[in-house]
Amino acid sequence: MSSLHRIWAVTAKELKQLSRDRVTFGMVVMIPLIQLLLFGYAINTEVRNIPIAVVDLSGSALARALTEQVRVTQVVDIRTHYHTPREAEAAIVAGTVRAALVFPENLAQRAAGGEPLAQWLVDGSDTIVGSALLALRTMPVHLAAGGPRGAYSAASPSFEVALFFNPERRSEVNVVPGLTAIILTMTMILFTSAALVRERERGNLELLITTPVHSLEIMIGKLVPYVFVGLIQITIILGLGMTIFQVPFNGTLGNLVAVTLAFIGASLTLGLLISTIAKTQMQAMQMTVFILMPSILLSGFMFPYDAMPRPAQYIAEVLPATHFMRLIRGVFLRGAEVSQLQGDMIWLLGFTAIMLAIATLRFRKTLD
Amino acid sequence: MNDAAVEARGLSRHFGDIRAVDKVDLQIPRGEIYGFLGPNGSGKTTMIRVLCGLLTPTAGEVRVLDLEIPRQAEALRRKIGYMTQKFSLYDDLTVAENMRFMARIYGLQRSAAKQRIEDLLGHYALTSMRDRFAADMSGGQRQRLALAVATLHQPTLLFLDEPTSAVDPENRRDFWEKLFDLSDAGTTILVSTHYMDEAERCHQLAILENGRLRNQGSPDELMTQLDSRVVEISGSDLRRVKDRALSLPLVQSAAQQGLHLRILMSPDTSDPLSYLRQGLANDSLSFSMARPSLEDVFVAATQEQHSS
Repeated sequence: MSSLHRIWAVTAKELKQLSRDRVTFGMVVMIPLIQLLLFGYAINTEVRNIPIAVVDLSGSALARALTEQVRVTQVVDIRTHYHTPREAEAAIVAGTVRAALVFPENLAQRAAGGEPLAQWLVDGSDTIVGSALLALRTMPVHLAAGGPRGAYSAASPSFEVALFFNPERRSEVNVVPGLTAIILTMTMILFTSAALVRERERGNLELLITTPVHSLEIMIGKLVPYVFVGLIQITIILGLGMTIFQVPFNGTLGNLVAVTLAFIGASLTLGLLISTIAKTQMQAMQMTVFILMPSILLSGFMFPYDAMPRPAQYIAEVLPATHFMRLIRGVFLRGAEVSQLQGDMIWLLGFTAIMLAIATLRFRKTLD
Repeated sequence: MNDAAVEARGLSRHFGDIRAVDKVDLQIPRGEIYGFLGPNGSGKTTMIRVLCGLLTPTAGEVRVLDLEIPRQAEALRRKIGYMTQKFSLYDDLTVAENMRFMARIYGLQRSAAKQRIEDLLGHYALTSMRDRFAADMSGGQRQRLALAVATLHQPTLLFLDEPTSAVDPENRRDFWEKLFDLSDAGTTILVSTHYMDEAERCHQLAILENGRLRNQGSPDELMTQLDSRVVEISGSDLRRVKDRALSLPLVQSAAQQGLHLRILMSPDTSDPLSYLRQGLANDSLSFSMARPSLEDVFVAATQEQHSS
């Protein structure tokens, strides 16, 4: 009986403390709410609206008719037309489109001979996107508007497909570079989100702010060591990925380091901002999880960005992990140059500067 | 150059409805050890934080070392040392590492810092502990380290917030010897305390209660003000005598000290001994005038305000 009493005493105290910790209490409600919405939106393995380009070398009515038939499948979203396959390949490397449909000059002859009509150039690094486009290979086509279907089947497909960067369609190729984004998000934000809170909890901060040290000096000083932590981590992930999983490195080291540093900067400064908001290390941890979950689900790591509905894409655009996901896959798998991906790069650098500025302004050298 | 290290007029700091510091006027001369004496919650820590520029005053004017606070707080930070109530150096750094870190923060030159740290380690008897983690030190050792760090950049003004609350009496005495050394070298020291023996060592004292300044002056002045108001009663059954005495209108407070009962009379008592003899009407008691102590000063200062 008295044991029950004591259990109740502990339970009642626990409940009281929980209800007074506003952030934790909020998380109890917000985490299931937000995660449900995110999962509901993002888990969508039926891929639609993959951005592609069309290259029509035949300039024929048939090509336009075929293009229209591909468009109405809704699997792809035709973003642009190019004059040469070379331009289309460059666009795939830059990540502006995931594939290109190339109609050859001799389209009419091929149609008459029952040969494959055109060629898909596909960025195969994302296996989900790759599979969706591969399925179009055998799509039934009408050779004239309202005319009969051509004699195409699985045995004699309507299109040829060239899978770039990952012809064997191994998922590791896409997952390993993507994993760097997730692991860096987790560790970088976690380390710095606790950085200022810990000093406040231990009482170090009261002394530190009576010294001549400037807020910005504290902030930058705290971030620098973690830049190296991040570089060590990415070296381990990519090094193991290349040796154990034979993930090909198709880019240059300079580009890889540049995009990685931009992302480390964005994550560290985001963590620092959390650190100026959180009152306890526990709260900092919860806020980190709050950023981490959408980064895993919406950044394009688990589900293709293009397949997500608009609202989820808007959220994804805010997350640094989404931009880094595009950058790292671009420079690592497709051999893209940073200049080809400058939109995401500028976004990360701007994000870093803004977060650092807000964190510095929020961190006052007073106890008010 | 002003004679006062600290000047405050009408200084207030509120937290919501709580008036932690309430309309305080202060004038702290340079080179002195100035004490804030008051119970917990009397506003000592808030006062020190406002004077350091860590808290913005709700009202009033503050000048510290001729700098207007909080506007010029950043300039003040180079000239002051602050020892927080709670140990605020890094537990997971060693003594020497903590000192090197703070020396860099204060921008000391490399060679100068090295020399200064060696001097301080010697002066504060920390040389043998230089590689020990701060977490593994005793209360007295930590206080010495905190003071050494607070004086690293040779500040002209030192703020010490209850520096010896976790320290035994012997260490406390040593600690005060160091404070007098610093004072002798020209440092102005502001120290808050709730220990009477510590307060008695200060050159000047301010008695704080509920955020108000109740009295100020040198300990001797303050005690002399109470001459002819403190009576010692000895005899038997002092607990009951105490209750009886407290019911007399001119008795301000009564407290037992061992075999004596110490009575503080109200200021308008003309002949305390005969007043008490008549009032208590007990032949077994003996009465004598006593030399006022600082505790009497403290009780008098805080109680007069309540009755008025």
